[in-house]
Amino acid sequence: MKHSSKSGKILVYLLLILGSAIMIFPFLWMFFTSFKTVPESMSVPATIFPSAFRLDKYKEVLSKLPFVKLYWNTILLVFFRVICAVVFSSMAGYAFAKLKFRGKGLLFTIILMQMSLPSQIFLIPQYQMVAKMGLVNTIFALVFPGLVSAFGVFFLRQTYLSIPEEIGEAAYLDGCNQWQTFYKVMFPLTGTSVAALTIFTAVFAYGDLMWPQIVNNDVTKFTLSAGLATLRGMNTTDFPMLMAGSLLAMLPMVILYLIFQRQFVEGIAGTGGK
Amino acid sequence: MAALNLKGITKIYPHSADQKKARKKGAPEKKTNLQVTAEGVIAVQKFDLDIKDKEFIVLVGPSGCGKSTTLRMVAGLEEISGGELYIDGQLVNDVEPKNRDIAMVFQSYALYPHMTVYDNMAFPLKLRKMPKDEIDRRVKEAAEILDITQYLSRKPKALSGGQRQRVAIGRAIVREPKVLLMDEPLSNLDAKLRNQMRAEIIKLRQKINTTFIYVTHDQTEAMTLGDRIVIMKDGFIQQIGTPQEVFDHPANIFVAGFIGMPQMNMFNAKLLSEGGKYFVSVGGCKTELSADKQAALSSHKVPAQDITLGVRPSHMVLAKAPGNTLTATVDVAEMMGSEIHFHANADGRDVVVIVPTMDTNGERVDSFHAGDKLNLTFSGSACHVFSKDGRNLEF
Repeated sequence: MKHSSKSGKILVYLLLILGSAIMIFPFLWMFFTSFKTVPESMSVPATIFPSAFRLDKYKEVLSKLPFVKLYWNTILLVFFRVICAVVFSSMAGYAFAKLKFRGKGLLFTIILMQMSLPSQIFLIPQYQMVAKMGLVNTIFALVFPGLVSAFGVFFLRQTYLSIPEEIGEAAYLDGCNQWQTFYKVMFPLTGTSVAALTIFTAVFAYGDLMWPQIVNNDVTKFTLSAGLATLRGMNTTDFPMLMAGSLLAMLPMVILYLIFQRQFVEGIAGTGGK
Repeated sequence: MAALNLKGITKIYPHSADQKKARKKGAPEKKTNLQVTAEGVIAVQKFDLDIKDKEFIVLVGPSGCGKSTTLRMVAGLEEISGGELYIDGQLVNDVEPKNRDIAMVFQSYALYPHMTVYDNMAFPLKLRKMPKDEIDRRVKEAAEILDITQYLSRKPKALSGGQRQRVAIGRAIVREPKVLLMDEPLSNLDAKLRNQMRAEIIKLRQKINTTFIYVTHDQTEAMTLGDRIVIMKDGFIQQIGTPQEVFDHPANIFVAGFIGMPQMNMFNAKLLSEGGKYFVSVGGCKTELSADKQAALSSHKVPAQDITLGVRPSHMVLAKAPGNTLTATVDVAEMMGSEIHFHANADGRDVVVIVPTMDTNGERVDSFHAGDKLNLTFSGSACHVFSKDGRNLEF
């Protein structure tokens, strides 16, 4: 019995190692390619390790793209989208969960409908709105679609629904008005959900490519993902440089994940979604 | 500390849009004991009660009787559909809860999970922009009264049920409210803790000078805590009185059955009027009613009729021999130490008889077993005479 459980364990570990290797390999490939020359990266048969660890492509990508600007734009994009998602979704989620008002059901149904539609449907009307406001090629344009989050409203509504009614009633009796009940009593109880929403919004905003490319054409207004996309050529691509740029782009997210991985995993587990 | 006057207080829950449509189509309605009108479901019907300053009033009744709804209307958490509510002579129907100078203890405690015990108790005072040292004084004083000083820095999740309940009471009393409302505060506690906390509430009442309105479904809590109890059923007040009054003189069969443990025995009997005196006759037992009951029935000119006769289990007496007794057959005899509880069948009904194991002469009562016959009798003062529609004929 002991022997079979030991060999079972070995098999499980082998499978896990194999799975991990499959997941990690693309990142390792990206890492090693960033130190290769272009011929090395295109050689057949392919080589994993570079012949030498050269930093040329890192220097080249830093001079070709205004990385500091790209980082800054991305930080602003993530920051404002997260703030807007949390603030507006919290208030809307609270209203849908705890307040009684006419048309509540209809409004929430509209939000659910928006969630079920692909986001690409809204690209043209959103672009037209930003263009009419004369705000193309601005940071506001980047943030614009993220001002409201249907998913955030739905997600936080569920959280507020789980808070017992008596807590709100106790706050009301203690002397809180509606606003005080929300921000002094209810909102602090949604910490875990807000952290999860923050992480989801930040990750999505960080990787958002289509909208930044559509709404901005000035490279100094690009985010990291849009900036990296400019490294792809029409006919050829300098893959080592692209890999170097990608590594530089993902570094902040990796660091943040390492710091907040518990909340990230809890957030995914809580929603059952990616 | 304040007097309250509830005048014709009514609560109607309006029909929803779907229910209105269903009613128009004549669809069968959901079964409920409450009155349903075109306006809606009447949860509380014309509730009239005057509560004296510093009185401890208990609203008691089965689930769905309207007691919590009444309490919530006093608190301002439910809109009053009809009638008037006065606190200290001021009409407060449209006054915000925070301006009514009332505090409430919830069944589920409703403590703020993200705040410490200190912050929970200080919260209502901070909202009123009270000076910090005054807040500190009040919180520590209340914590001292409730013996929770050592828990002030803890969060609610680190407390037991009884401790949380005390914190909830503490959060209410720091405000020194005119009226303290308690909505089944002991329901979530186990039996032992409930007994303990009941005693704590009695002690608390002695320490703080305020008017209490307490809601419970437990008749033991009602009897032990209340100066007066209000028994409710299906939205209506059944009776208002001191615990002893409602125990000795229940207004109807519902009150008679609800108050007292075990429940009052009910028999199909006859009220007889012979030679200007009233008698009750059940099975082979005929008993003359006591003088006070004679007077009460005479004053209302109550005719002889079929009645429901109520006698409490502890008021049934074991006769030594048959003859003018009610014969019962023992189903189960429970030895309780100083008492025996007989579950028997008499005159086609299940009855409970409680007798001491030792009689007044110090002699042990005979032991009885299943199938044995009991000869039961009762005094004229221990009878409760109800009409067939459930009213106490003495009222």
